[in-house]
Amino acid sequence: MGALRELTVSQQIGLLFVALFGLLTAVTVVAFSRTLRDRGDEDLAKRAQFKRDLRAVWAGSMLFWVAWVAGGIVSTLLFGVMSFLALREFVTLTHTRRGDHRSLLLAFFVVLPLQYVIVAGRNFNLFTVFIPVYVFLAIPVVSAFGNDPQRFLERTAKIQWGIMVCVYGMSHAPALLLLDLPDYRARGAFLVLWLVLVVALAQIAQEVATRRLRRRPAARAISRSFSWRAWGIGALAAALAGGLLYWITPFKPIPALLMGAVAGGSGTLGEFVMKALKRDAGVRNWGGKLSVTGAVGLLDRVAPLCFAAPVFFHSVRWYFNL
Amino acid sequence: MTLPEAAGLLLAGIARLITGAQGHWLGSPPKAEQRIYFANHQSHFDWVLIWAALPGDLRAITRPIAARDYWTSSKLKHWITREVFNAVYVSRTRTKDAFGVGADDEDPLEPLMEALRNGDSLVIFPEGTRGHQAEPAPFKAGLYRLAEAFPEVQLIPTWIDNVQRVMPKGEVVPVPILCSVTFGAPLTLAPGEDKRVFLDRARAAVIALREVH
Repeated sequence: MGALRELTVSQQIGLLFVALFGLLTAVTVVAFSRTLRDRGDEDLAKRAQFKRDLRAVWAGSMLFWVAWVAGGIVSTLLFGVMSFLALREFVTLTHTRRGDHRSLLLAFFVVLPLQYVIVAGRNFNLFTVFIPVYVFLAIPVVSAFGNDPQRFLERTAKIQWGIMVCVYGMSHAPALLLLDLPDYRARGAFLVLWLVLVVALAQIAQEVATRRLRRRPAARAISRSFSWRAWGIGALAAALAGGLLYWITPFKPIPALLMGAVAGGSGTLGEFVMKALKRDAGVRNWGGKLSVTGAVGLLDRVAPLCFAAPVFFHSVRWYFNL
Repeated sequence: MTLPEAAGLLLAGIARLITGAQGHWLGSPPKAEQRIYFANHQSHFDWVLIWAALPGDLRAITRPIAARDYWTSSKLKHWITREVFNAVYVSRTRTKDAFGVGADDEDPLEPLMEALRNGDSLVIFPEGTRGHQAEPAPFKAGLYRLAEAFPEVQLIPTWIDNVQRVMPKGEVVPVPILCSVTFGAPLTLAPGEDKRVFLDRARAAVIALREVH
């Protein structure tokens, strides 16, 4: 790794992207060559799923690349757009009434842009309290003026929850890009990439472990697959990957290991909570044919990140005493 | 690209950003055949949503119906309906005004018939007005008369889902909520079918699309 460390920051990042896109291209080529062969129906469904996942990874990688090329402000904007799409999906599947119209407008067109403006301005103290304090109080006020007492608490809580996850949680990812860490200037993109990789790996490892172990689910009514042991394996995999990749982070190996476990573990727990939410809304996927509206399933993909990012962000700040 | 085309793309883009405007084609592929799409009507947004859900080449040949008095009342409204959407204007009432003049003898369906004779596709809302119940109101007779006069034109039932949440009556700014437009299998008027029976059948075909997604 010594030779790598001597490169300039942008060279290192460039190399990282070359490796990433090379890997993706290889996987895509292999996947494509395999579609030329004929297979059964069951295989076809699996392959369609894989194709969707692969496309999502491509889209995600392109997003990171664009974010890096264009700089902090543009990537903040990109995450803002993702937030918008995720919140749109969330609100679609929750039950709101006419009286919530103004609160929803507030959430989409005032709170969301403001939060990202605050992030872009690196105003981290305000950024941390803006939604949990000010918006938390503002939304019910606006909703109350909607003049509809029916299921008031439930409706308000749902909107607040959506904002917390889709806007507040997500906005911590670009905040990492802009964080001024000691000896780590202009390398925030690495930290975000590290976080995304670690969270994704935790998900995959947990999925594989679930299939292999066939443990009793911890909460059957919510998820038939989630078990504590599989979760532990996911977090462990995240920790190992995080530790191995310590050289792209500002951490030393052991803290990188712990940070990986924290990020991966909270991400998969977030996924679990989202499952409960989906059960409540009566759908299995946010996207796909089963849902009312044919959402693209973005929320499914970003939910773990929305949960992991704030936990990780504050762990980093706490670790460096920022 | 001309200005109306650009405005059209912009409007479709906004509709997609806010609602997703997902089109599901169940039972009829998105082909450039002459068609009458008939849909439930809940919001001013309905037409834009259907239009945004259509593929680009179908947009050019698919026309909405616009009430002449409202949509020609200002320059902007007139320009949008005429240049961007290529709307078919109809007069809302057959009754004469106080002086006995007006669109008296003209059949209100005549502009639609003419558009169909020219080979255009139409989008109509047979309820006649925006409803706010869960179920669409009973259909008006216009659909029946068009089906009778143009048996070769496909009648496509269309269900617009969720749009009442985007912009409830009385609100101006739309909330971003995903909507979908489902196009069903074509309906045909059976020989000698009673008007009421046909209209109820058409309404049932639209409602049935709510269940399949």
